Amino acid sequence: MKPILEIRGLSKQYQLGARSGPKMDNLREVVERSVKAPFHALFGRNGDSNGQVELPTFWALKDVNLDVQQGDVLGIIGRNGAGKSTLLKILSRITSPTAGQVTVRGRMASLLEVGTGFHPELTGRENIYLNGAILGMRKAEIRRRFDEIVAFAEVEKFLDTPVKHYSSGMYVRLAFAVAAHLNPEILIVDEVLAVGDLAFQKKCLGKMGEVSRGGRTVLFVSHNMPAVENLCSRGAVLHQGQLQFDGGAKEAIQYYLNSLSTRSGTGHLVELDGVGDRKSRLGPLLKRMEFLTGDDEPLNEGLLIGSRLKVKVHFDLPKPTSNFHVGLGFNNSYGQRIFTAHSVFDPNRWQTECSGRQVVSCDIPSFILVPGEYTVKVWLEVNGQEADAIEDAAKMRVLESDFYGTGRVPWNGTFVLKHRWCLERAADAR
Amino acid sequence: MSTTFELTIRPRKGWQPIDFREIYLYWELLAFLVWRDVKIRYRQTLLGGLWALLQPFIAMLIFSYIFNRLAHVESDGPPYKLFAYAGLVPWTFFSASVTQSSNSLIANHQLVSKVYFPRVFIPMGAVLALLLDLALSLGLFAAMMVYYRWPVTPAVVWLPVFLLGAILAAAGCGLVLSALNVSFRDVKYAVPFLVQMGLFVTPVIYPVRYVPQRWQVLMGLNPMAGIVIGFRHALLGSPASWQVIGISLAMCLVLFIAGLLIFRRMESRFADII
Repeated sequence: MKPILEIRGLSKQYQLGARSGPKMDNLREVVERSVKAPFHALFGRNGDSNGQVELPTFWALKDVNLDVQQGDVLGIIGRNGAGKSTLLKILSRITSPTAGQVTVRGRMASLLEVGTGFHPELTGRENIYLNGAILGMRKAEIRRRFDEIVAFAEVEKFLDTPVKHYSSGMYVRLAFAVAAHLNPEILIVDEVLAVGDLAFQKKCLGKMGEVSRGGRTVLFVSHNMPAVENLCSRGAVLHQGQLQFDGGAKEAIQYYLNSLSTRSGTGHLVELDGVGDRKSRLGPLLKRMEFLTGDDEPLNEGLLIGSRLKVKVHFDLPKPTSNFHVGLGFNNSYGQRIFTAHSVFDPNRWQTECSGRQVVSCDIPSFILVPGEYTVKVWLEVNGQEADAIEDAAKMRVLESDFYGTGRVPWNGTFVLKHRWCLERAADAR
Repeated sequence: MSTTFELTIRPRKGWQPIDFREIYLYWELLAFLVWRDVKIRYRQTLLGGLWALLQPFIAMLIFSYIFNRLAHVESDGPPYKLFAYAGLVPWTFFSASVTQSSNSLIANHQLVSKVYFPRVFIPMGAVLALLLDLALSLGLFAAMMVYYRWPVTPAVVWLPVFLLGAILAAAGCGLVLSALNVSFRDVKYAVPFLVQMGLFVTPVIYPVRYVPQRWQVLMGLNPMAGIVIGFRHALLGSPASWQVIGISLAMCLVLFIAGLLIFRRMESRFADII
C-alpha cells in the first residue's frame, strides 16, 4: 500500500530581515523605489532583484524525505528552530515549499493553535460553529457532534455567553474540544497541549490517544518527551532543517537527548570561544565558563544535591558600560527550563563601568535540583539587549546525596526542599 | 478510507489558475465568514444596524445642502435628495467594501498564519458581508420613493446587473489592495484617501451631463461611474448613457478577474510575511 503521506526532497528557504532594505540616499530614490516596489510584488519575477540588494537567506528545511504510513503516530522532535513548525506549515498548506513535493492521500486537518478564529464577541455556541468550519468541518458534521463538543468542554451553562466573558480555562477547553472532534484521516498537531490545566491536558492526551488507536494517522510536534513517548509509535528528529533520525519513538527521543549533550563541554572549564552555534548580536563575547564547588574546588564529577555551586563567566565588553547582565539557564534532559539565575535578580550587583575582559561569578548557596543531567545556557546582555547567547554551553551533573540526612535518596519531582513531618494526634495503640 | 483523494503540495511560483473545485469544497466556510462579519459588525453599539442607514442618509443631507442649495448643482430630473441618495447607495457600499476588504487580511492574520483555506474568502467575505447594509439602505430608498411620490420604472429590472457590477468592482479592488497590504502597510493609509477622491471623479453628487461629452468615455474607465449611473437609471428612471455604463461594466469584470489572478499569485507568500 502506498504511504498516506509522501515527503520528497522538501526544502523551504526564508529571507532574513526582508524589511532592512538598502540605504537610500535621496528623496527621489525613496519615491522611485516605493512606486516601483508594489509593481515588483505584483508582476515582478519571484526573486527579482533589479535594484535591490540580495537579502541573506536561510534554509528552514533542507531536503527532507519521509514516508508516513496509515495508522502511524509520528512524533516530530528537535530543538527550537529545527524546522518542525515549518514542516507542519507546509503540510498544512499555510506556506508553500521552495523545493520538493508532498503527496497526501487522505483528508487532512491541522491544528497549529487552539482557538484559531475564535471571536471574543461571539457566544460559545457561535464560536463552535465558526471554529469548526475554519478547521474544515462541515456544518452538518458540527451539528451532529455539537453536544459531544459541549460536554467535552464542560461549558453547558455558558453556551450563549460571549467568549470574552469566559475564564481563560473555559476558553481553552472550548477551543480544544472543537479541535478534538475533528475527524480527518490525517491529523497534524503542533505543540498545543502546553495550554490548559493539568487535568485537562490529560483529558486531551487521552482523546488524542483515542484518535490514534482508531487507525488514524497523526503527526505530532512537541517538546513534551513523555507525551511523545506515550502517544507516538514513530519518531523523527529534525536538526537545522534536516531529518537526522527516523525510527521508533523511544529511539528517536534517546537520539535527540544524546544530541543535546554531545556538543556541550564537560569538566569544570568550558571554553566558549570556538562554539559556533550561538546568537551573537555583538559578536562572540562570551569566552569561558568555570564550575566550582563551595570551596572553590573545580567541579569535575558533578555536584552533590543541595551543595553550593559557583559559576564563573568570562566575557569581553567591547565598550565601557555598567549596564550589563549575565544569565544562566538550567534545562533538564527534556529541554525544559528548570531554573534561571540572572544578575538582574541581585539587588547588590555591580554598578561600576567596565570594558574589556570581565569575570563575574554566580554563587548558589544550595543547588537543590534533583539528580540528573542538566544543560546550561549562558547569555550576556549589554544595555538591555542580548549581546551573546549560547543555548547548550555546558552540561552539568547533579549527583545523589544524603540531602535529607536519612540515607534516602530523592527520586521524584524536579527539586528537593527541606521539610518536616510530625504526628499531630497520636492515638495510642496500647 | 477515500483512496481517491490525493493532493500534491509543490512549490508555487508565478501565476496560478483559480481553483474552483476547492472554492466549491470550502464554500460553507465563506458563508460562515460572512455571517461572522455581519454578526460582529454592530455588536455593542447603541444604534446597531441603523448605522448602515445613517451613513448614506446624513451624507445625502449634507451634500444636498452644500451642492444643491449653495453650489446650485441640479439633478437630472428627480428631487436632488432622491438623486443624491440613489448615487450614495452604491457608492457607500463600494467605499465601505474596499476599506473593509483591503484591511481584511491584516485583521485576520491569525487565520492566515494558522489555518489553510482559500485565501480569497477573507476579502470576498468582507465585501459580501456589506450586502446586508446595502439591502437596508435600499429599503430606506424605497421609503423615500414613496415619500417623494416618484414612480418606479420598468428599468428596475436592470438593478441586479448593476448590483453585481458593484460587487465585482469592490471585490476586485479589495483583492488587490488586501494582497498589497500584507507587504506594504501604506495601503492602510492610502485607501481612505483614495476612496475620498473617488467620490469626486464618480458622478455621485452631480449628474453625468455636467461632464463634457468627450470626457465621458474616459469617465467610464472608473467602474463605479457606470454603476452609479446605472443605479440611478434602474431606481429613478434617469437617462442612462449606455456608452459609459458599458465601459464601466466591462471594467468591473476586468478588475475582478485581474484582482483574483493577482491575489492568487501573491497568496503563497502571505503566511511568510504577514
